[in-house]
Amino acid sequence: MKYSVQIVGVGGQGVLLASMVLGNTAMRAGFKVMMSEVHGMAQRGGSVLSTLRFGDEVYSPLEATGGADLIMSFEPVETVRSLTLGSRKTAILMNLDPVYPANVAAGFETYPAIDDLVKAVRTENDHLLTIEATKIAIAAGKAVAANAVMIGAVAAIKGFPLDRELLKTVLLETVPEKSKDLNKKAFDLGYEAMQQQAKA
Amino acid sequence: MADLLGNSAQELLLGNEAITRGLFEAGVRFASTYPGTPSSEVGNLLEELSDKAGMYFEFSSNEKTAVEVSAAAASSGVRSFVFMKHVGLNVAADPLMTLAYAGVRAGMLVMSADDPSAHSSQNEQDNRYYATLALIPMIEPSNPQEAKDFIAAAYEVSEKLSLPVLYRTTTRINHARAVVKFGALRTDTPMKGHFDKDDQRFVNIPAFAVKNRLRLLEMNRQALALSEVSPLNRVEGTGDIGIITSGVSYNYVKEFTGGTAILKLGFTNPVPEKKIADFVRGKRYVIVVEELEPYLEDQVLRICAQQRLLVPIHGKRDGTLPREWEYSPDTMQRLSALVKVKPAPVQMPKPTLALPGRAPSLCAGCPHRGMYAATKRAVGNMPVVYCSDIGCYTLGVQPPFRTADFIICMGGGAGAAGGFAQVTDQKPIAFIGDSTFFHAGVPPLTSALFNHHSIVMVILDNRTTAMTGHQPNPGTGRHFGGIDTSPVDVENVVKGLGVQFIRTVNPYDVKSCIAVMKEALAFDGVAVVISKCPCPLLLKKEKRLEKKTCEVDQSKCVRCYTCLNMIACPALIKQDGKVVTDLSQCIGCGMCANVCPKGAIGVRQ
Repeated sequence: MKYSVQIVGVGGQGVLLASMVLGNTAMRAGFKVMMSEVHGMAQRGGSVLSTLRFGDEVYSPLEATGGADLIMSFEPVETVRSLTLGSRKTAILMNLDPVYPANVAAGFETYPAIDDLVKAVRTENDHLLTIEATKIAIAAGKAVAANAVMIGAVAAIKGFPLDRELLKTVLLETVPEKSKDLNKKAFDLGYEAMQQQAKA
Repeated sequence: MADLLGNSAQELLLGNEAITRGLFEAGVRFASTYPGTPSSEVGNLLEELSDKAGMYFEFSSNEKTAVEVSAAAASSGVRSFVFMKHVGLNVAADPLMTLAYAGVRAGMLVMSADDPSAHSSQNEQDNRYYATLALIPMIEPSNPQEAKDFIAAAYEVSEKLSLPVLYRTTTRINHARAVVKFGALRTDTPMKGHFDKDDQRFVNIPAFAVKNRLRLLEMNRQALALSEVSPLNRVEGTGDIGIITSGVSYNYVKEFTGGTAILKLGFTNPVPEKKIADFVRGKRYVIVVEELEPYLEDQVLRICAQQRLLVPIHGKRDGTLPREWEYSPDTMQRLSALVKVKPAPVQMPKPTLALPGRAPSLCAGCPHRGMYAATKRAVGNMPVVYCSDIGCYTLGVQPPFRTADFIICMGGGAGAAGGFAQVTDQKPIAFIGDSTFFHAGVPPLTSALFNHHSIVMVILDNRTTAMTGHQPNPGTGRHFGGIDTSPVDVENVVKGLGVQFIRTVNPYDVKSCIAVMKEALAFDGVAVVISKCPCPLLLKKEKRLEKKTCEVDQSKCVRCYTCLNMIACPALIKQDGKVVTDLSQCIGCGMCANVCPKGAIGVRQ
């Protein structure tokens, strides 16, 4: 068994935290784990990519272009930007809440309509699941829990090899004591939202 | 976050965390650095942990000093570790070359964290050549586990040969994360030593230096013998096709190719000549897989020539593999005519939908924005050259500022300014950060004074070393590891040199900065403007940021967009022609309010 996840988003969205939670869960499940992270300059508001690979025999910290089993994307434009990381068979989890780049905010560039971004993914891929992680996080209590919503959602993805309960346990060990309840709720809501979508 | 001083069986560690644990397991008692990506996390970890680990650690003012303090420790019998990014070793090359002549008495590692693909760097130089240039042994790990384990092995080599050892990593080692098994912490190494006078070794006047060179060459012969038998150089698998590889490339070979024998090298200077010859002999052909320059490949070719081995060697010299940029699983496709390679996945095409860019940029409320806005306004149509330097302020290269015309290295902008002043009729403006000023800015400023170059130096003092993750620097003072020092005052340093024009400004008061910059530009001689304002990202991290926000009064706003065009702050948003502030990003610094010609923007507590 071998499974690879490309986690994409924008600096400050919690991409590194999510990859740590997934990576630690894979380790606890007894898998070999190799990850690659972006640190330094790119974190100043730039696109961020974190690669997680785990399985029985894993050496490379990077995945072949197109080889991702799952693209876990925290941001709509970044989802589309990262499509080449996967193939038609890749499962894609796409958060629909945008983070506007500085040039868009200042009116120098335009941000595509979310529907167009979703369409762009669907044209190339048959396994897209979308989520409004920030909205769900606010329903759970606080926008910052969007991260936990995403991690819960991943647990519901078909063929995702890590156990939901273990994932939740590791997440709750990672977050501060005072936000455990919030994260637990956000995780469950994220999981349920995905299950409903899969049924629909 | 894993407890790097704990007794876990294993942890999921970043390469740099694994290296830090490796130092504790090797009983290293002295460490020094100047921060630089991809090595920076080691310094941040040691700032926090060195004291508890029974180790002295310092951020030196630059890499040269970092090597010198560590050299003194190792020459006094204390195991030392000095680390930096690849270009930092250029700065430290001077002491390193002669330190090899003197040698060390306790183990000393010099870690060079190279950055193929220049993720956070100005070039992708291959520092393996420093090992051959300095005639010192080199060790190269391939993953976080080895990055930890090879530290202790490298200290053994260093102490057997009384030589400093180059510990060479790359971004995908330092910033890879993997499950790392812990070993025991070593506690029997001394933290204090004694320097025993030995002029013939440690005083490299010509008469002694020529003798020390003989000793160094003899040590290299012994190093070769160690390399031949080192378990760090090993053969895996069998077959009549061979692959010789090292560092991170090994992982791509191992996982994405098959059916070959692999010679994996971890002790890469001197390379094990006999082991390589034995590996190559009888093979149909051999491929050398390494990132950047054909460092191993050229030595394999040389060994084959000496041994009269007529085995074809594929690699960079015949164009099989690229010399530029880091490798990845994709690179292995270049070998598909020579070995079994995992088929490339059918990737989704690049989308046709136009996507907005998302380049890294200066943060919301970054004081550099104010200083750049003011400088551009003061310059107007005057011909200038914006000399810039290494740090967050490099991002001034982007529109609308475009205040970086010439960047080569730490302190390089300030140095170049003197040359531009002499050969052009353009006024040089040298931007330099506080940490960079202490690192390499004082000598070029001195030189400009000495030679009467008419330049403006703008010291962007944001009270930290921001880009690499907020390390302290001489300008902030030191407050860790049980040592407290006072800040070295930038203005006093500049005054002490004899600069006649010195102004300290608040970059959030953009209008006042414009007036000061106009004065500075008109000054004949060296003018220094110090922009003093702490990095808001640091204040946020330390929970010292005052809660304030800016708000646009739409009844006063005339939509002239002066705020957007001058400050271009990511917290300013244009919505249907209106300018509004993004309260999730705005820190209420008031730069936009300061430049608003209608007073339409207010700052709220």
